[in-house]
Amino acid sequence: MNRSARRRLTAAVLTVVAVTTGATACSSGASGTSTKAADSGTYTVWDPYPQFAKGSAWTNLLDKCGTEAGVKIKRTGFDTSDLTNKSLLAAQQGNSADVLIVDNPVVSTLAEAGVLTTTDDNKLDTSKVDPNLLAAGQSGGKTYGTPIGANTLALYYNKAVLKKAGVDIASVKDWKSLTAALEKVKKAGKKGITFSAIGTEEGSFQFLPWYWGSGAQLTALDSGQAVSALSLWKNWLDKGYAPNSVINNTQTTSWQEFASGDYAFAENGTWQLANADKAGFDYGVIPVPAATGGSAAAPTGGEFVTLPVQDDTGRYATSQKLVSCLTNSQNLLDTDTTLSYVAPTSEVQDKQVAANAELKPWVDAVKAAKGRTSDDLGTKYPKISEQLWKAVQSALSGSQSPKDALTAAQSAVK
Amino acid sequence: MNRTTRAPVALPVRDGNGAAVAAPFPARTTTRRRPASPQWAAWAFLAPVTLYLVLFYAYPLYRNLDLSLRNYTVRSFVQGDAPFTGLANYRRVFEDPTFAPALLHTVVFTGVCLVFQYAIGLALAVFFNQNFRLSATLRALFLVPWLLPLIVSASTWSWMLNSDSGIVNAVLHAVGIGPVNWLTSPSWSLTSVIIANIWIGVPFNLVVLYSGLQSIPTSLYEAAALDGANAWRRFWSITFPLLRPVSAITLLLGLVYTLKVFDIIWIMTKGGPADSSTTFATWSYQLGFGNLLPAFGPGAAVGNLLVVAALVFGLIYLKVQRKQALS
Repeated sequence: MNRSARRRLTAAVLTVVAVTTGATACSSGASGTSTKAADSGTYTVWDPYPQFAKGSAWTNLLDKCGTEAGVKIKRTGFDTSDLTNKSLLAAQQGNSADVLIVDNPVVSTLAEAGVLTTTDDNKLDTSKVDPNLLAAGQSGGKTYGTPIGANTLALYYNKAVLKKAGVDIASVKDWKSLTAALEKVKKAGKKGITFSAIGTEEGSFQFLPWYWGSGAQLTALDSGQAVSALSLWKNWLDKGYAPNSVINNTQTTSWQEFASGDYAFAENGTWQLANADKAGFDYGVIPVPAATGGSAAAPTGGEFVTLPVQDDTGRYATSQKLVSCLTNSQNLLDTDTTLSYVAPTSEVQDKQVAANAELKPWVDAVKAAKGRTSDDLGTKYPKISEQLWKAVQSALSGSQSPKDALTAAQSAVK
Repeated sequence: MNRTTRAPVALPVRDGNGAAVAAPFPARTTTRRRPASPQWAAWAFLAPVTLYLVLFYAYPLYRNLDLSLRNYTVRSFVQGDAPFTGLANYRRVFEDPTFAPALLHTVVFTGVCLVFQYAIGLALAVFFNQNFRLSATLRALFLVPWLLPLIVSASTWSWMLNSDSGIVNAVLHAVGIGPVNWLTSPSWSLTSVIIANIWIGVPFNLVVLYSGLQSIPTSLYEAAALDGANAWRRFWSITFPLLRPVSAITLLLGLVYTLKVFDIIWIMTKGGPADSSTTFATWSYQLGFGNLLPAFGPGAAVGNLLVVAALVFGLIYLKVQRKQALS
């Protein structure tokens, strides 16, 4: 008797434990959404700047804007590559952040998913923003956010290396003169140029200035101009003007190669400026030249501030106040200086150049730059880009000729 | 684990039903009262583990299967209204030009890694079984690859194998061999990731096989030595046959670990250049997460193919084990 009673007790206890575990497991999912509805004074902000910890200028700015709007800010910094999937998942759970800051080519994907509100709904003012930058956040005639800052690519050069090789930087105007300069550098026993041709979005990003500089369009990957751009890179590798390691280089490893001081040129972005000053040698910056002279359009980098769709549409008004605060001229200047970005509005760009004349070539480059998802490519861009980086990898590694690689890429996009 | 928990539970249930059918009325009062409580207790004991299995294994597997059978776009992923498309994702995966190379690479990668990891692991295990001075220290050193986070070891390998500034090419240069584009040439990239993965997998084989060796009685070796068997003969006639059960589990676990190797390949080559080191694991990730526009359906389909492959080998292992137990 005694034993069976005890056994029954154990059984009851275990059942209770099992049931409560089950219940809490179920309710924890629901509580995630319900706390937000209950706690309407707290607004969530997701950004791709995990490098900024609590107490940094960025989080202080967020808190300040929150105070102005009369709400509390709960901010989370994610890794850039994580943020797209996190935002999609959150939207699926009806749990999106109030303010979401994402990489610009992702905006059209999230817009396609129906995750983002348009400026018609959220009343964001984008009138001051440079149209070429805003284009990355537009699709189907609608605008889905406003850029917080922009960056782009240009060529850094090492003055000492060029001097030793007897190259005058003013002579580098088009592809031919650039290749001639690289040849001289190699003859002088130094290394030519480094860039990143890795098999990810980064590789496409780096190839695009040359691609666009040849006159090629993203809608026709197999055009003659496109082949000429890829052949340019391939030729540099074959001749030893660029190292073979570019096939596996990220932009960071490519920068490390340039920072070793052996390379004459490096294709890299605005965000390396701070590191360039630390590199310990004299450097200059020129725009990426187009095939037959002039500057090539480089792709725009940088993030957009967006307002994800909420069940409670009443939240938009406050979110809009937050974003307006984050993107007003003074705050943009501060934020873009911290991020080493170029501001998206002419007014703030002028202030940036006035404060630091070195930014002038970058501001020009950003003005000439083009969004990757512009030309109404939108969500077609990711597919095109994947085939483009694959073609670049195939050609540079020698598994296919530039022409074959790009023909294969074009047929894969269709 | 599973088998032991299932057996005692299944029996009383079946008994109860049988009794109820055989003698409905009088049996009911007696059978109901007494076995009911152990039955409930059994279910209660089962509940946590069942719940755990359902929440963390069955549901994710079901979700993955579901993902692979629907046409998910980013929009339908968020709205949750993806249309059911049957095997279309699988067809798309099979027809993809990446499929054949990825399959070949997965088979070669897994096969070559297993053979070398096992052979080197066994050789080292036999070596350390001699118990010479400092053997424990040395053995501990061999475990280092296992203890390092994969991201550290993979990044280190990719630095060492860098075409222009890697130490491996510097050494080759010193002995008069031209540079090899380890990570950036389509003909070498798979070899490079295999080498790195063998290095990482050896310690596991070493540890498991070493503990297997400990359980072989030394008297057997003594007897064999008295009979005049040399070291080579002793290895093939005693060590190897007696290690067979341990070898089987080592190889099976190694197979599952190797099939799903992702980090090393992704960090070292991203599956490239030109898909030359793409395996199913990296391909699945590439489809699902490697693009700004994720293709969840085909990504899940490739993942499921991997699960099925691992399952098939698991079943083969069970069958072999059962045969061994019977004989």
